[in-house]
Amino acid sequence: MPDQFLFAMEVILNGLMAGVLYALVALGFVLIYKASGIFNYAQGVMALFAALTLVGIMEGQVPFSHLINAIFGTEIHHFGWHVPALLAIAMTMVVMVGLAWAVQKFIFRHLVNQEPILLFMATIGLAFVMEGIGDIMWGAEIKKLDIGLPQGINDWIDVTTFEAFGYGFFIDNLDISATIVAIILVGALIAFSQYTKQGRALRAVADDHQAALSVGISLNFIWILVWSIAGFVALVAGIMWGAKSGVQFSLSLIALKALPVLMLGGFTSIPGAIVGGLIIGVGEKLFEFLIGPMVGGATENWFAYVLALIFLVFRPQGLFGEKIIERV
Amino acid sequence: MSGGNYKTEDGRQIGGTLMEMKNITLRFGGVVAISDISFDIHEGEIRAIIGPNGAGKSSMLNVISGFYHPQDGEVWFRGERRPTMKPYQVAKQGIARTFQNIALFNGMSVLDNVMTGRLTHMESGLFSQAIWRGKAEREEVENREAVEKIIDFLEIQAIRKTPVGRLPYGLKKRVELARALAAEPKLLLLDEPMAGMNVEEKEDMSRFILDVNDEFGTTIALIEHDMGVVMDLSDRVVVMDYGKKIGDGTPDEVRNNQEVIDAYLGVSHD
Ligand SMILES: Nc1ncnc2c1ncn2[C@@H]1O[C@H](COP(=O)(O)OP(=O)(O)O)[C@@H](O)[C@H]1O
Ligand SMILES: [Mg+2]
Repeated sequence: MPDQFLFAMEVILNGLMAGVLYALVALGFVLIYKASGIFNYAQGVMALFAALTLVGIMEGQVPFSHLINAIFGTEIHHFGWHVPALLAIAMTMVVMVGLAWAVQKFIFRHLVNQEPILLFMATIGLAFVMEGIGDIMWGAEIKKLDIGLPQGINDWIDVTTFEAFGYGFFIDNLDISATIVAIILVGALIAFSQYTKQGRALRAVADDHQAALSVGISLNFIWILVWSIAGFVALVAGIMWGAKSGVQFSLSLIALKALPVLMLGGFTSIPGAIVGGLIIGVGEKLFEFLIGPMVGGATENWFAYVLALIFLVFRPQGLFGEKIIERV
Repeated sequence: MSGGNYKTEDGRQIGGTLMEMKNITLRFGGVVAISDISFDIHEGEIRAIIGPNGAGKSSMLNVISGFYHPQDGEVWFRGERRPTMKPYQVAKQGIARTFQNIALFNGMSVLDNVMTGRLTHMESGLFSQAIWRGKAEREEVENREAVEKIIDFLEIQAIRKTPVGRLPYGLKKRVELARALAAEPKLLLLDEPMAGMNVEEKEDMSRFILDVNDEFGTTIALIEHDMGVVMDLSDRVVVMDYGKKIGDGTPDEVRNNQEVIDAYLGVSHD
């Protein structure tokens, strides 16, 4: 049935695009986990926080305005200016670096050598605190995020596929830009880790803390760096997700989708996060398309987790996860 | 004790004091790992720290390299009292080390491991690297040359590209030495560089240690609990037992010290 086949093709393409976002969030997890052994539950909230901050800065919103107004009896909400998208992104990045610094200084510096479960609990706490601060700073209402990326159906693909197959694929321009941006981001990350001094130091820390110290690397600096990079990745994910469905608190829930991605790809593998994200993205869309109608739909809610469970049973270290090498 | 600035029998020049430990005491809870120990290390010498297992040798090395911080005592380096420092700060001062239980980057190749030893020599920061590509590239080339020299010196060209995790124990020890040397340290700390090696590997390692000292003029402090090896290699020896210093002097002096003889006869050491 060629029609069915074409539909499936379209579904796969859209799944790939959705997968890119999962991959981005998972990438943030992997970076921090590799460098510090911390499973950062707050990665999703970081994406939310970044997106909230970006919208707030672009719109010229006064941070903490509710609080300020409540205390001083004022009525200020906006500075009355608009900040261009690129500048606002740069400013948001400064905020994310500040956040990385604060997280390291006030939380994880004091938890060095603690049990992983304790570190994990700390990130759960961090997630709630950040959600709260995001709320107080920028307000809880759903916000529109538009940094000027092209939106809507890609006409060229629509027309070309229609001419070729007699059926026009619906691919959103936003998804295409998200994919391109994600590819550039991953390329930049790889170049950074392979060819810069800090990248080398980062890989060293991810491999062995003691050895890293002995060659003159400051763990504290690397951890701030890696939280900043994770913050940047979160910002990109937040922009993409926010542009698609508005900036709202449910954004932080995409972090939960990253979990099955990580089980699939392995918690320490960057290629794993990417491939895992794509597999889950395509898998859940395709499953919904093929099997969904038979079981009454809504399979997207659970498909990823079932797939991850199956993986846990047969290949617990994930697709690309490293086997733990016993040290001599 | 000799005051430095002399020539050894084999004609190497020993200079003044490079490092001085003054009245170091280090405790872990109730355990006194180091108890009021003082000694110095002269420029250009090979200084050994020996003693039975648990004597506190590694702890002493960890104090020098900033991994442990003593409750009492002073550390003097190049004529200045050193404030409490983190390991990475100590490394930047020109003190490199190896570990008793090898600490390498198992996921990286031999070349990359040795390259990390150059990190303290890489000036270019994040932004200058993005802006001044030329300078960063020149630096990379210089560092690569320095690293290749050390790889040749330690005769590990054949395994340059091999992931370190796959190497046998003896070669891992050698790669760790290479990484420490890549930093071109003023002072090189080796914690049991020959432990667990067979006779041939021990001979190779001894030769490398002597060559490093001779050719680069690197001051070396090494821990070993095999008396024989120590006697061959070192200019002066500190002997530790139960956290205390029980001897300090040339190998001959130490060998004839009754307290040292007792400690070594009384405690099993393999
Ligand atoms: N990090 C540590 N925590 C607690 N005790 C330690 C630590 N490091 C060393 N010790 C103790 O200090 C003493 C000396 O150990 P160490 O310096 O490793 O001896 P050596 O290297 O001479 O065999 C031992 O009793 C050891 O258990
Ligand atoms: Mg020891």
